[in-house]
Amino acid sequence: MPNDTRPLSPHLQVYRPQITSMLSILHRITGVVLAFVALLLAYWLSAAAYGPEAFGRAQALLESGFGRFVLFGFTFSLFFHLCNGIRHLGWDMLWGFELSQVRFSGILVLIVSSALTVLSWLMAYGHVGKL
Amino acid sequence: MINTPQQTKKLQSKLGRVRGLGSTREGVHHWWAQRMSAVALLPLSLWFVYSLISLTGTDYDTFIAWASEFGNSVFLVLLVVTMFHHAQLGLQVVIEDYVHSEMWKMGMVLFVKYGAVVFAASAIFAVLKISIAG
Ligand code: HEM
Repeated sequence: MPNDTRPLSPHLQVYRPQITSMLSILHRITGVVLAFVALLLAYWLSAAAYGPEAFGRAQALLESGFGRFVLFGFTFSLFFHLCNGIRHLGWDMLWGFELSQVRFSGILVLIVSSALTVLSWLMAYGHVGKL
Repeated sequence: MINTPQQTKKLQSKLGRVRGLGSTREGVHHWWAQRMSAVALLPLSLWFVYSLISLTGTDYDTFIAWASEFGNSVFLVLLVVTMFHHAQLGLQVVIEDYVHSEMWKMGMVLFVKYGAVVFAASAIFAVLKISIAG
């Protein structure tokens, strides 16, 4: 079939939302979000290399209310993408491929990544003695 | 290099039709690179989150001291390289799925790949500067 007339893969509008498809798109969204985390990491390290003032500006930005809000989202993105990535790697080894297992591991990934996100933030606040 | 409807109707050998569309092994290589970088990112990103927790509320001097410790510098460079490599491979797939104009697709993939190199290089140089100059 000619390439420019063949059907395109993600026809999201014709499907009813289900845990399987929602998590699949969430893996993609968090992957793209994490690309921005990579940019932020580059900015943060460069600011530190630049000197105390630049690093101070970066830290002030990250520690602001808005900064924390974004960082919380980044933390969840990382844990979700990491846990769901393990799920992906399992499927690549043909592990957990039954529909019931796919649903179960999906729910497990959501629970574990949410728990790890909250735990990390509790640990961070505990670390600076604000808990 | 995409076959337009007119081109496909032309008398063309099977080989002629696929020439220029890329090697068969290319996709497999991309797939493997994505998985291998994912496996490497597992310990690296957990180490990163753990480090960030223990660096919460840190001032400039403490951060510089931390980042210039040999092990931390090495891990930071590994993290940056693997993260940008994996991100760039992943974004390529996303772009290829959603962007259908060949020109825009190629342009955006190149932009992402060069961008990844530029930012990764800056981040690595930053770590080296911190760890050597202190
Ligand atoms: C830490 C920074 C990370 C970034 C920036 C990142 C980014 C991305 C992006 C943009 C994609 C493409 C998404 C798609 O095609 O739908 C992707 C896919 C993937 N990521 Fe990550 N990722 C990161 C960490 C991880 C980790 C820790 C794992 C652990 C297992 C992982 C496993 C995967 C897998 C298996 C895929 C392929 C999914 C597929 O074939 O649909 N990633 N990643």
